[in-house]
Amino acid sequence: MFDDLRDLYQEVILDHGKNPRNFGKPAAFNRTARGDNPMCGDKIAIYLTVGDDGTIQDLHFDGRGCAISQASASLMTEILRGKSMKEAEALFGYFHDMCTKDEDDQGDHGTLDEDATDKLAVMSGVREFPMRVKCATLAWHTMNAALHGEATTSTENASF
Amino acid sequence: MADLLNPTLGNAPYDVMRVRQDFPILTRLVHEKKGRAGKPLIYLDNGASAQKPRAVIDAMSHLLENDYANVHRGVHFLSQRSTDLYEATRDKVAAFLNAPSRENIVFTRNATEAFNLLANSWGGRFLSAGDAVVISWMEHHANIVPWQLLRDRIGINIKVVPVLDDGSLDMDAYEAMLTPEVKLVSITHASNVLGTVNPAARIARLAHAKGILVAFDGSQAAVHQPVDVQAIDADFYIFTGHKLYGPTGIGVFYGRKELLDKMPPWQGGGDMISTVSFENTTYREAPYRFEAGTPAIVEGVGLGAAIDYVSTLGMSAIQAHEQRLLAYATHRLSEVEGLRIIGTAPDKAAIISFTMDGIHPHDIGTLLDRGGVAVRVGRHCAEPLMDRFGVGATARASFGLYNTEAEVDALVDAVQACKAFFG
Ligand SMILES: Cc1ncc(COP(=O)(O)O)c(C=O)c1O
Repeated sequence: MFDDLRDLYQEVILDHGKNPRNFGKPAAFNRTARGDNPMCGDKIAIYLTVGDDGTIQDLHFDGRGCAISQASASLMTEILRGKSMKEAEALFGYFHDMCTKDEDDQGDHGTLDEDATDKLAVMSGVREFPMRVKCATLAWHTMNAALHGEATTSTENASF
Repeated sequence: MADLLNPTLGNAPYDVMRVRQDFPILTRLVHEKKGRAGKPLIYLDNGASAQKPRAVIDAMSHLLENDYANVHRGVHFLSQRSTDLYEATRDKVAAFLNAPSRENIVFTRNATEAFNLLANSWGGRFLSAGDAVVISWMEHHANIVPWQLLRDRIGINIKVVPVLDDGSLDMDAYEAMLTPEVKLVSITHASNVLGTVNPAARIARLAHAKGILVAFDGSQAAVHQPVDVQAIDADFYIFTGHKLYGPTGIGVFYGRKELLDKMPPWQGGGDMISTVSFENTTYREAPYRFEAGTPAIVEGVGLGAAIDYVSTLGMSAIQAHEQRLLAYATHRLSEVEGLRIIGTAPDKAAIISFTMDGIHPHDIGTLLDRGGVAVRVGRHCAEPLMDRFGVGATARASFGLYNTEAEVDALVDAVQACKAFFG
């Protein structure tokens, strides 16, 4: 019945969705933000430890949401550990384009860590499911808000 | 009258397959792609909006092709035609609700606008700081936010009747809440999430005993069962056209005449005035005083056709059919391990909210959709209620007059497949 849903729910996503990595509020962190998707009830919090040199030394998340939003958050926490703020922003731009635009229309986000972009590729299936794009991008928007010192973000007032 | 329109109906059993033929959209397939056959549409999102019978579609296009002009203003032929057809809906709505008169019926854009009318016009005139309005924990945001806006403007209080674990209204708490500062009870007749049908007559009786007025949100109730505003003794009753198999853009605000007569206009403009000068403007009588500007003419006519349609089938017959479906669906879904039904009150409309262990409602929604089954997932514009039941969201199957037991089976199959997928 759901054959073509395998593009959306790849094994990696199901795995991250069921066993999210870096889940839970850590004892120490220095930036945080909460993200809310009022349309479907997803809520997430991101906890970052950003070093003096602007490197993301550690990041965790908690909250609840669908398999897509949980997997996206979990993957993101794996990918961004050790990245500079600049790299994180570039990857966010890349990811956002990947989820929302056809390949030909995706912008140039500079040279990116290939490991990271390879890992993110599993999420590209959401492009075919416009209603689910916000699920995939919520964690990234929230991370971005935390990086920039905003306390909350919502899918309904950012241009997702 | 109903039987004259459809002589075959009489006391014949409800023929749902025959009824389905009245809805063009029900024959379409969804998710068709090159090289892949589509799936039949199984539409279980009637709580959000219902599909339209041919009679409604035809009434609207017939008006546009033959009788359309602005209403209430022209002396010419078409204006008169258009006005007659549009105003006929007021009579139909009055009969549908068993209102004393057509003058009890105010047209709005939807239920939301009707609540804003109630809060702004009645609330703005008759409430002041320290007065309270009683709502319930199971309200749609449409019956929460207008009161909050009024609270922020003039300082009223909002009291919220709790909901019991099975989804019933806590009537003891309700009764205890009817203290002297309470001036209005505004409560849903049926919950769009839990399906609970609240005891409207009893709610009204208890309030009236204390001199308190009562408004009901009939958005979900009026589509599932007969409503008699005089029998339940409602002071105000609100519903929205598009859930009653009518078009979007038209809603209904019923008010007792002596209340409407005392309420000030809340939007100004054409159509609602008697005389206008720059010094002094006088307003028309109710209900027209509350209808500023050119109304939703085509949609009004469409709503009239929808009411004719459901009245011909008979609201009691529709209710009986849906109650059979509800019982069957509740039984079948209860057999699914790990599935929890939210809302198990004894008196329910055909709405089933559920969650599944380990699978988020949003994922359920996407999977069911691939099986052709349309349900709603999310918070259903009732966020406080979600919090009350400790869920971030639910999946909701809401049934309509054209749904079948075979569609319930398809829902259950899709739910089982969903479990296997995430297993
Ligand atoms: C119980 C209830 N009240 C009010 C509304 C609002 O209806 P509308 O959006 O047509 O104003 C709805 C529909 O979602 C509802 O289910």
